[in-house]
Amino acid sequence: MSVQLFFFYTFAVITLGAAAAVVSVRNPVHAALFLVLTFFSTACTWLLADAEFLAVALVLVYVGAVMVLFLFVVMMLDIDIAPLREGFVRALPVGLIVAVIMLVEMLSLIGVRSMEAVQSVDPALAAGMSNTEWLAMTLFSRFLLPFEVAALILTVAIIAAIPLALRPRLGVKSQSVPRQVNVDPRQRLRIVKMRSEAPVRGQSTEAKLGEGLEP
Amino acid sequence: MAAFQERWFVISKTVLLIIVLAPLVGGLVAGLFRRQVGRAGAAAAAIIGVALSCVLSFWVFYQLAWGGAPVFNQNVYTWVEVGSFGMHIGFLIDRLTAMMMVVVSFVSLMVHIYTIGYMADDDGYQRFFSYIALFTFSMLLLCMANNFLQLFIGWELVGLASYLLIGFWFKRPSAVFANLKAFLVNRVGDWGFVLGIAGVLYWFGSLDYAQVFAATLDPVNAARTVEIIPGHPWSVTTVICVCLFIGAMGKSAQVPLHVWLPDSMEGPTPISALIHAATMVTAGIFMVARTSPLFELSEMALSFVLVIGATTALFTGLIGIVQNDIKRVVAYSTLSQLGYMTVALGVSAYAGGVYHLMTHAFFKALLFLGAGSVIIAMHHDQDMRRMGGLAKYMPITAITMWLGSLALVAAPGFSGFFSKDLIIEAVGESSRWGSGYAYFCVMAGVFVTSLYSFRLLYMTFHGKERFVVEPARGGAHHDHEPGHLEHPPRESPWVITVPLVLLAIPSVLIGWSTVQPMLFGGWFGGSIRVAPANDVLKVLGQEFHGPLAFTLHGFTQLTFWIALAGFAVATWIWLLNPGLATKAKKTLRPIYAMLVNKYWVDDLYRVLFMQGGVGFGRGLWKRGDVGVIDGAVNGSSWIVARTAAVVRWVQSGYLYHYAFAMIVGLILLLGGLWWTVARIAA
Amino acid sequence: MITLAHYLTFSAVLLCIAVAGIFINRKNVIVLLMALELLLLAVNTNFIAFSRFLGNPDGQVFVFFILAVAAAEAAIGLAILLVLFRNRATINVGEIDSLKG
Repeated sequence: MSVQLFFFYTFAVITLGAAAAVVSVRNPVHAALFLVLTFFSTACTWLLADAEFLAVALVLVYVGAVMVLFLFVVMMLDIDIAPLREGFVRALPVGLIVAVIMLVEMLSLIGVRSMEAVQSVDPALAAGMSNTEWLAMTLFSRFLLPFEVAALILTVAIIAAIPLALRPRLGVKSQSVPRQVNVDPRQRLRIVKMRSEAPVRGQSTEAKLGEGLEP
Repeated sequence: MAAFQERWFVISKTVLLIIVLAPLVGGLVAGLFRRQVGRAGAAAAAIIGVALSCVLSFWVFYQLAWGGAPVFNQNVYTWVEVGSFGMHIGFLIDRLTAMMMVVVSFVSLMVHIYTIGYMADDDGYQRFFSYIALFTFSMLLLCMANNFLQLFIGWELVGLASYLLIGFWFKRPSAVFANLKAFLVNRVGDWGFVLGIAGVLYWFGSLDYAQVFAATLDPVNAARTVEIIPGHPWSVTTVICVCLFIGAMGKSAQVPLHVWLPDSMEGPTPISALIHAATMVTAGIFMVARTSPLFELSEMALSFVLVIGATTALFTGLIGIVQNDIKRVVAYSTLSQLGYMTVALGVSAYAGGVYHLMTHAFFKALLFLGAGSVIIAMHHDQDMRRMGGLAKYMPITAITMWLGSLALVAAPGFSGFFSKDLIIEAVGESSRWGSGYAYFCVMAGVFVTSLYSFRLLYMTFHGKERFVVEPARGGAHHDHEPGHLEHPPRESPWVITVPLVLLAIPSVLIGWSTVQPMLFGGWFGGSIRVAPANDVLKVLGQEFHGPLAFTLHGFTQLTFWIALAGFAVATWIWLLNPGLATKAKKTLRPIYAMLVNKYWVDDLYRVLFMQGGVGFGRGLWKRGDVGVIDGAVNGSSWIVARTAAVVRWVQSGYLYHYAFAMIVGLILLLGGLWWTVARIAA
Repeated sequence: MITLAHYLTFSAVLLCIAVAGIFINRKNVIVLLMALELLLLAVNTNFIAFSRFLGNPDGQVFVFFILAVAAAEAAIGLAILLVLFRNRATINVGEIDSLKG
């Protein structure tokens, strides 16, 4: 057993164990953490397959971003776990049976002969460049348009997620930026034009008062 | 001078367009702007249009008959052009057409003038003028056509005008019934007509008269057959001609499609004169004469024509004897005369048929307008049993009616004599299958014609007055009892009598000048084509020595004595012994019943087609529509609703059910893949 | 030596665990989302393995796209989950059956 195979087995076992834990633990927070472990050890097996760039990307994107998002959501929601677990035991045998059937089918499809296909020389090295460069050569030439589309999809997803999660809070005093920006001076200040009034001579207020006082 | 003459004696397209379109313009003005132009304006517009077309028709007739103008055959407008086939509006103006144009526009003009007086009190005055002007336009379009399509357009347009005018008093249920009946019966005829036109197009490849008639000279076309019923080859021309003649049977009211014409008397009298006596009903005769090159190819079709015509000539005339409505008597007489024309066509004496068409147009229009004049005098009472002795009140009407009737019964010297006698002689000369039967029918028809004509005259104008004159009792105009008049009948105004006189002149005289050229002189030239073996008129022409000799000869003929016998019997029964008719009625009860009920043809149609149609429709409605179609529609919706009610349980709304379904599908997919791989490996 | 079959077997097992997870956690939508991520992970592993053993970079390009789109999907999915919880006060899939036929 070579060192590579040994490490592959190690990472594979950790991955599968963590994955099994993801789908079986009670606490969603724990499940999310086990998912982190699954991703991380899978990234290790990818490294063994000389896919350095994707392994690192998986760790950065999933472990660093998506899983944190999962954790945030799980912790933000006040979830009552008990009803979510009901039927767990009842569904377990069915799930296992289905999973085992699928496994058997796939393994028999993979077959024994493919065991003989030995890992050849790293194609990137054979081409005389790093894995990242090798990948980028293809990505930015033949797959340029899909790449741009993927970028667009990500942008749309980010923008769409914001209004979905945004909640208008009632009863909270806050400033409305659009209204502030669009304010019109005429709404704030009213200029009234009127004729100036000068007091009329000889008709003082006293006289009026005097009139009023007269019995 | 030569150039001038050339221009002068060539028919101009503009003139023809004016002839056709002037009545249409007049009719549109009268119809669409009836508020703006008013009653007088509408009458003036229609009459000016028709008068213009009448004058120009005479002019064209003059050009053709005396000016030596060549035949005009030209398309003026192309409607559709598909490959080598075109649909055109065009004019074929030869002597046959010119004669029809003159007859149509002249009678039409007379009727227009007469209408001023006859319809004076009617609310639909402008509408009436617009309709008859429309009719004149349509009829001229029909006559002047140079192709079958335009003929058909005109054919349907005159049918439309007839429909509108029969139902002119659309508040009367009987009028509505009559116009519907006319319309439906004509549909039956048109069905044959359209098939005939389709046959012409299919086998001759063209609708243009000139091309079709040229093609009939080709022996290949004449010999072509078709097996409509497998195993029975029929001559193509026979099929086409019989189909076309079915159209003519509808329009010209031949047995058994004659039932609509007597009922059409529900329309105003000018219409009966114009459409249902003089012009429209003769369209069928005209059409057969026009397509004579086709009919000449088919002995069988001509025999069919002959038998139908002979039957119509005799048996509808018999009904006329027992009718009491003055207009209906004239209507049955029209049927009978149309039968004579058809008989003439059937023995290949097309010129004779068309000639009778012309003379008949004049005297029958005269008789109808005279009857209208009597009806006005009797306050719109049409029953002859409440007339009598009118001759002294309305002499002009009486005299003109007498002249018209004498023409009708073919008194020697009158126009009807020349046409009708020649038809009878032509039938006698003919050796076509059915001519023996036809000869008997037309001979007997002479007696019948004489009988009902004089009966009408005696019952209307002579004998005892069977109406009572009561001065107005202050009651409303309309609720007087039948047979009670508020004031003595009096002669109609000049707008009514002038057309009577103007029509009486050709009724009496037109035979003298026209019989020689039209029947024997080959006047129609190429418009009518008769195979040499069939040309009975030529045989007769060898014995013809001028109209005077022919008239004198007429006094010695059997037909004259038969007519005289009819006259004598009529005089005996209806003038001298007024009670005899009632006695005869009792003695001959079965025959009388048969005639009064018009041989039960109407009843047969009512049971067979009306009730049968209603029953058939009800059956389709109850069984077909409600049962099958609604059943299928409602049933299918019921099935969908039931199925959906069951299937909807699949849509639980729970996410994990859908996920489970997906995964099961995935397992099946993988299993299939696995199985396939295993099989390939094995 | 590591062979292609090692990777394929590994990813197949991972996939089956994810499928079983979908089954047994059918009420908890958060864990369902996590199981979906596991499914994608298994697929990605397959892609990388094939890319490696065929010497073709296309597989890795696909993984790149899947990561991008899955990130977007996770963001949107979680946002929807938030809205759902805010409106219904539950994330129990058993109580969400408005689309019931």
